[in-house]
Amino acid sequence: MLRSLLSDDTPRSRWLAIALLAILVGLAFAPFLFPGAKSLNVAARICVFIVLAASFDLLLGYTGIVSFAHTMFFGIGAYGVAIALTRLGAGWDAVAIGVGASLVLAIVLAVLIGLFSLRLRTIFFAMITLAVASAVLILASQLSDITGGEDGLNYRLPMALRPSFRPFEGVTGRLLDYYLVFFVSLALMLALLRIVNSPFGSVLMAIRENPFRAEAIGYRTVVYRTLASCIAAATAALAGALLALWSSQTSPDTTLSFDIMVDILLMVVIGGMGTMYGAVIGAVLLVLAQNYLQALVGDRWLLWLGVAFILCVYFFPTGIVGRLRRR
Amino acid sequence: MKRDWLPLVLIPMLAAAAFPLVGSSSSWVTLTVAGLAMGLMIFVMASGLTLTFGLMDVLNFGHGAFIAVGAFVAASVMLALGTWMQADSLWLNLAAFLPAVLAAMAVSGVLGLAFERVIVRPVYGQHLKQILVTTGGLIVAEQLLKVVWGPDQITLARPTALRGAILLGDIAIEKYRLLAVIVGLIVFAALALTLSRTRIGLLIRAGVENGEMVEALGYRIRRLFVGVFVVGSALAGLGGGMWGLYQETITAAIGAQVIVLVFIVIIIGGLGSVGGCFIGALLVGLTANYIGFLAPKVALGSNILLMALILLWRPQGLYPVAKR
Amino acid sequence: MPEPLLSLRGVKTNIGRYHILHGVEFEVAEGGLTMLLGRNGAGKTTTLRTIMGLWRAHEGEIRFAGRDIAKLPTPDIARLGIAYVPESMAIFGDLTVHENLILAARSGPPDQKRLDWIFARFEALKRFWHLPAGNLSGGQKQMLAVARAIIEPRRLLLIDEPTKGLAPAIIANMIAAFRELKDGSSTLLVVEQNFAFARQLGDTVAVMDDGKVAHAGGMAAFAADAGLQQHLLGLGMGEHQ
Repeated sequence: MLRSLLSDDTPRSRWLAIALLAILVGLAFAPFLFPGAKSLNVAARICVFIVLAASFDLLLGYTGIVSFAHTMFFGIGAYGVAIALTRLGAGWDAVAIGVGASLVLAIVLAVLIGLFSLRLRTIFFAMITLAVASAVLILASQLSDITGGEDGLNYRLPMALRPSFRPFEGVTGRLLDYYLVFFVSLALMLALLRIVNSPFGSVLMAIRENPFRAEAIGYRTVVYRTLASCIAAATAALAGALLALWSSQTSPDTTLSFDIMVDILLMVVIGGMGTMYGAVIGAVLLVLAQNYLQALVGDRWLLWLGVAFILCVYFFPTGIVGRLRRR
Repeated sequence: MKRDWLPLVLIPMLAAAAFPLVGSSSSWVTLTVAGLAMGLMIFVMASGLTLTFGLMDVLNFGHGAFIAVGAFVAASVMLALGTWMQADSLWLNLAAFLPAVLAAMAVSGVLGLAFERVIVRPVYGQHLKQILVTTGGLIVAEQLLKVVWGPDQITLARPTALRGAILLGDIAIEKYRLLAVIVGLIVFAALALTLSRTRIGLLIRAGVENGEMVEALGYRIRRLFVGVFVVGSALAGLGGGMWGLYQETITAAIGAQVIVLVFIVIIIGGLGSVGGCFIGALLVGLTANYIGFLAPKVALGSNILLMALILLWRPQGLYPVAKR
Repeated sequence: MPEPLLSLRGVKTNIGRYHILHGVEFEVAEGGLTMLLGRNGAGKTTTLRTIMGLWRAHEGEIRFAGRDIAKLPTPDIARLGIAYVPESMAIFGDLTVHENLILAARSGPPDQKRLDWIFARFEALKRFWHLPAGNLSGGQKQMLAVARAIIEPRRLLLIDEPTKGLAPAIIANMIAAFRELKDGSSTLLVVEQNFAFARQLGDTVAVMDDGKVAHAGGMAAFAADAGLQQHLLGLGMGEHQ
């Protein structure tokens, strides 16, 4: 049963399995294992970024597309919920509308980008996504009426998710909020595993290896890559929605900045491209580093991660997961 | 065959189109000079990148690092020569400015050499890895900048004699922008002359078209490429130094801020074409300033729109290089 | 017997996953013109490119003027005195005719006597001297490509399908030019599909089939053997171009 849950994509390494299990248990029981507002926040962020990184791995690791605009979809999801909760009041209907609208926008944009740019060479495409992402970032800061400008939006969450909500003894809205994030993230992760291990996933990898041959065999590569972009975009938007539901505040800095783009790049490459589990490992590492490494190595932890990133691209393209699996 | 002059016409066309929108002629002149100055600074930063790509199919996503390093080095030199910068004499100001930008070029050039050898060389021909690795190089370089110069921003005041504007009747032309225009034109002239009159220039132009044939004629194109890469990074440093002085505040992210415009410019111009890069840069600079005046919120978006329009007209850019 | 100018032994070249050359062996003696013939896909172009170092043989030996050149980088091979005229001509369209020749003349400004010879044989080059080479017609580009190879003395000229797509009048011009070239000090190795052209110029012939040299010998003998031609080139009677 476990095998089918993981879509037959098992860890294939004892250490990896142990690590993943530890992460799963740690996240599942975080409110009890690591009590305190900050630790819970870190745990929730890990959940969100696991999904975001995994969606980026779908794009980079499985389809071979480098897009610097991935955070744009994350931001769309977050702002969708944020704007809905701000404008329509703090109810679940607002959340549904926000999520729905941002999914539609994300998919439409992914299709547009896919159709116009995926025919271009890798480098052209990467440059254009960089330009588009910059434009969206500036747009979010400028359209203050809608997006709250540089400071972003602060809003109230639906009643059930507020810290003040106490349905039973020992259970607060914050706890419910965390488990919402946790279970949705888990579901999305399993869904992605299912997708990459399906025939669709195999075609993606064939296209990544040799697009000409794939085209020659009869697969319309543009269609497949666009589909992959849409799935990745929708997943990233959902991750953004989750973040908005956890943070009760959304700003360009927390959702659209290039720092986040750099972070997910680091997560996927260091964790291991094209493995899905690499995104999990990478996200855990990076979020923990962001929050706790500062105390150890000072302000320049990003420097060491950058060096690790470069070394991974050269020597360990399958990242940590790949190294663990070799044993 | 006549040379293809059509893209060149776009520049006066854009300027003319903006005139009725801007309204007053004095504002229009100010904006146009500002646009030309900005465009030329971007040209200086972008020219090396387009040649590098044309010559060896390498796009350095870390190019912004050279810009940032140039800005910081130039700023440090200028701060060290603070008294000359503050003096109310153009010659003393230039005496501070010149070593600053020369130092910026030297340091960026050396960084370029290291970058090519360590980061770029192992991944020739592998575009995906190139993008990743050069982005990684950018991350590391930015962090190193913070290590050396600290995480805070540097504020730099423009030299006294270059502050303010020259007044021609109603029209105000900022002095610093004039300097930027002059420097930019010098760089363009130097590049154009080198490419058209020297043997190395010939090799570069031929190499952009067909590197394999250049090798078959007996030239070691690899060495040429390293040279072009280093010159490109030095120019990026020069551009960064000037840009930093233009903005007057410098952070480690300064390269990343302007790199998007650099990419737009080289796409518009056609990868590998210095002439195209020149025209593209001027168009982008003018657009940014005109739209910045008319509708500031969409300035960057308008440049993306400009790029899209030009690509619809000429999908390979203004002056596509006929590839092998 | 003096050592041949160029000799290949057991040369095997792969392009990606495709095995193209399966052990090419032949020699080119100094002086004269050797024709490299064969059907489409026999490996003729690959052989020339391998000699030039543009593709690497993973096995085998290539000797030129007594040196082993199989592992040398292309620019070094060129500097040993080998000129290459590819099938695609590879002229630099953005550069003028003059600039193309300046590049080809490595040691200094192009020699005037040679230029005079080139202008006499290839008159169009003089007309287009200061114009971008991209404007030349196919035949004129071919002339430029050959001119590049001979602007300075070279010991060996590798020429890939010089008459492809050219009008008969221009081909006649080429034949005359090549005749004069081979009577000079250069050795020529020419790949050709056009057998009529080949038999007029070739002193020796090497015929490739399926990545190997199937026959090597004098041109006269080969030209007289219709059966052999049919077998190796698929040419029936009267099928010459």
